[in-house]
Formats: sequence, structure tokens, C-alpha cells
Amino acid sequence: MSPGGRFGNSPTGLALAISAGVTMIIALYMMFLYAPQDSVQGPVQRVFYLHLPMAWIAYLAFFIVFVASIAYLIKRNRRWDQVARSSAEVGLVFTTLVIITGSLWGRPIWGTFWEWDARLTTTLILWFIYLGYFMIRAYVSDQERAMRYAAVVGIIGFIDVPIIHMSVRWWRTLHPEPIVTQSGGPAMPDSMLYTMGVALLAFTLFFVYLMYQKMLLEQTKDELSDYNLAEADRQADAAEGVTA
Amino acid sequence: MRNLDKILAIVWKDLLTEVRSRELVVGMLVFAMLTIVTFNFAFDLTGVERAPSGAGALWVAFIFASLLGLGRAVALERDKGSFDGLLLAPVDRGMIYLGKLLGNVIFIVAVQLVTIPVFGALYDLPVYQPMLFVVLFLGTLGIAGLGTLFSVMAASTRAREVMLPVLLFPVALPVVISTVRATTLILTDRTDALMQWVNLLAAFDVIFLTIAFLVFDRVVED
Repeated sequence: MSPGGRFGNSPTGLALAISAGVTMIIALYMMFLYAPQDSVQGPVQRVFYLHLPMAWIAYLAFFIVFVASIAYLIKRNRRWDQVARSSAEVGLVFTTLVIITGSLWGRPIWGTFWEWDARLTTTLILWFIYLGYFMIRAYVSDQERAMRYAAVVGIIGFIDVPIIHMSVRWWRTLHPEPIVTQSGGPAMPDSMLYTMGVALLAFTLFFVYLMYQKMLLEQTKDELSDYNLAEADRQADAAEGVTA
Repeated sequence: MRNLDKILAIVWKDLLTEVRSRELVVGMLVFAMLTIVTFNFAFDLTGVERAPSGAGALWVAFIFASLLGLGRAVALERDKGSFDGLLLAPVDRGMIYLGKLLGNVIFIVAVQLVTIPVFGALYDLPVYQPMLFVVLFLGTLGIAGLGTLFSVMAASTRAREVMLPVLLFPVALPVVISTVRATTLILTDRTDALMQWVNLLAAFDVIFLTIAFLVFDRVVED
């Protein structure tokens, strides 16, 4: 298959790109023009339509890492590792975006970029765990071992998320403090809910598209490294033949 | 051989090596003491509020000393090729994990038993309480439980000193939070909420040890 056929031009890729793109444009229109202004927070509240879908994608991505890691350790099929590492990369990017959009939202509303509450702390620690996930991949020379180690981190990391969340919440509740993080607020009007719905759909489609492209890329990378290894072997054999 | 004998044989090997070489515990101990002394310059540890900072300082010292010991223990095994010998032994990999874990716990507890009286004297805090030792043990079990797994993983990477804390710190956070909180409550004599934290800590230990025990086999399979 030609590289062009594998990437941008394949019918599936094109269909995903178009559907994600069109939905994203509709979502952007709705979040900036259709959704009503928040009476308390003003225009800043609109970051919510980006922030929540990003958080959803981040956690969805890490859930996929978790499932694919278990599957890899059981089946030992490289496809599962490709799924896990593609999803982890997208997840890490979205976790970073969640933290950034959250801080930008927090500054005008809470008066601070950061608050050590359970949700924020858990997301930050999750970010560090998946940073470790990529570091262990990078620092292990043997490919098969790197996949196994990464799978172990992917599994433990995901199981750890609710545990971290719980421990941080308990830790905070024993520390009385002004309740700035309570999101409660009045129920959203329908137009806001619709906007959120479309935004969630747009981001999910975008995630599927990214996963699709990333998987192809990882597959190609693996094939290329297989080829390089085989080539190195062949050359070593040839050199041996000459000396012998 | 029964499983327990196998575990104890591994522990015995590690203890014997340590008694003969004294490469781990002395280094960890000096490190822990120096950390506690250094914290005195970072926080005001003479005032009434010294118990929370003290508990934090104590655990930072223990965690760093544990990292040092865990990393060193695996490095020693790997350097001399004894870890490969251990893997070749007709022993279930889970038993190897438990043996290494128990050895690590013994080393860390040994360091704690010497550090605690010094800590109590330097910071003038009531350290001789049975519950404190329960918390120390449970906390150590949690740290060492994850640490034993991660140290074996980190040892076969190109950046072993970096990888161990990078993997261990975020994942072990629940253990750190609950031990520090429980230690603070003990040192300030507020025992009403204590059991809640001790139970939580015990639950974390069970979860982390179970996962580590289950996946250890996959980590050392080559």
C-alpha cells in the first residue's frame, strides 16, 4: 500500500476527518454564538464547552490504555500495544489541555490558577503517571520489554485513579477551607445542554479520527523497525560470510 | 519446600548479603537522618505547629531513603547476576516478589527504628506510641510493595535512578497521603479520626500488593 493511500486518502480516514471536522465547526458555532451568556460568569463560562469534552476524552483515552494493556499482557499481540500507545499519547495531550483550560477558567472565577481539590489533583497526578508511561517506553531498549513494562504502568495507573481521587478528597475534607470548587450552580438551560452535547460528540469523533491516524502511524513505525532489524541482521550475516 | 520456606530463603539470602556487605542499611540510615536534619532548616520545627511539618519531614526522609535502598538492592542483584539465578530457581515468581518485598520491608523498618528516636528527640515529639509503629509498618508495606515492583522495572532501563521515583511517586500518592495524615494525628494526639486513616492505609496496601503480586510475573519473565 502506498503511504498516501494509508494516510490521508483512505475512505475511512476521509470519512472520519470530514465528520469530525463538520461536527467541530457546528460545536464551535454553538459554543460561541448559540449558547447564551452565563449570567454570573460571563463569556469565561464558554471554556466549559471545551474543558468538559477534553476531560472526557482524557479519561476515555486512559480507559482504552487500561483495556488494551490488559489485552496485550494476555494475548501478546503487538496490535494491542499499538492501541495502548496511540491512546496514551492522545490522552496525555488532552490531559495537558484539560489542566490548561481549567487553570484559565479558574483564574477569573476562583481567583486562582490552581486549587488542590480532589478532581484537579487527581488529573495532575494522572498526568504524571502517563508521563512515566512514556518515559519507561523511551528508556527500555528492548521493544518487547518496553511494551510489557508500559502495559504494567498503564494498568496500575488506571486502577490508581479512583484511589487517588478518594484519598485526596478525604485529605481535603479534613482541612476546612472556603468552598470555591463547588460547581453545583443552577441547572443549565437547554441551549447550554445541547451545545455541550454537540461539543462532546465533536470531540469524541475527533478522538476516533486521531486514534485512527495514530494507529496507522504506529503500525508503520513498527513495520519500519522490523525492516531495519531484518536489514541489520542480513548485513551482519553478509559480513560474517565475507570474514569466514 | 513450602511456599513460606521459599520466601524465607530469599529473605535470608538478602539479609545475609546485607550483614556481610552493609551496603544498604547504613547508607539509607545516614540519608534519612540527614534529611530530617535538613528539614529543620526548611520549616520552623520548634513551634506548636511542628507536628504536621514533622510528620511530613519524617515521611519524606523515609520515602527517599526507601527509594535509595530499593534502587540499590536491585542494582546489587543485577550487577552480580544473582537476579538471573533467582529467576532460574524453580520457584513461583510471585514468591520471589514476596521474598524481595519482605527483605525490603525489613531494611526500611530497620532504618525507621533507628531514625524514630532521633526524630523524637530532635523535634521533641511524642513518638513512642504503638499506633505510630503500626502506621510506619503499613506505610512501609505500601511503599515497598509498589517499590519492589517498580525498582525491578527501573533497573532494566537506561535511566534507573530517574525511573524509580518517576513511577513510584505518583502511584504511591494515596499511601503517602494517608501515612502522613495518620502520623500527624498520632503526633498531635487526635486519635478520633485516626482509625479511619489506618483502615484506608491498610486497604491501599491490600490493593497495591495484590496488583503488584499479579503483574510481577509479567515484569521479570525474561
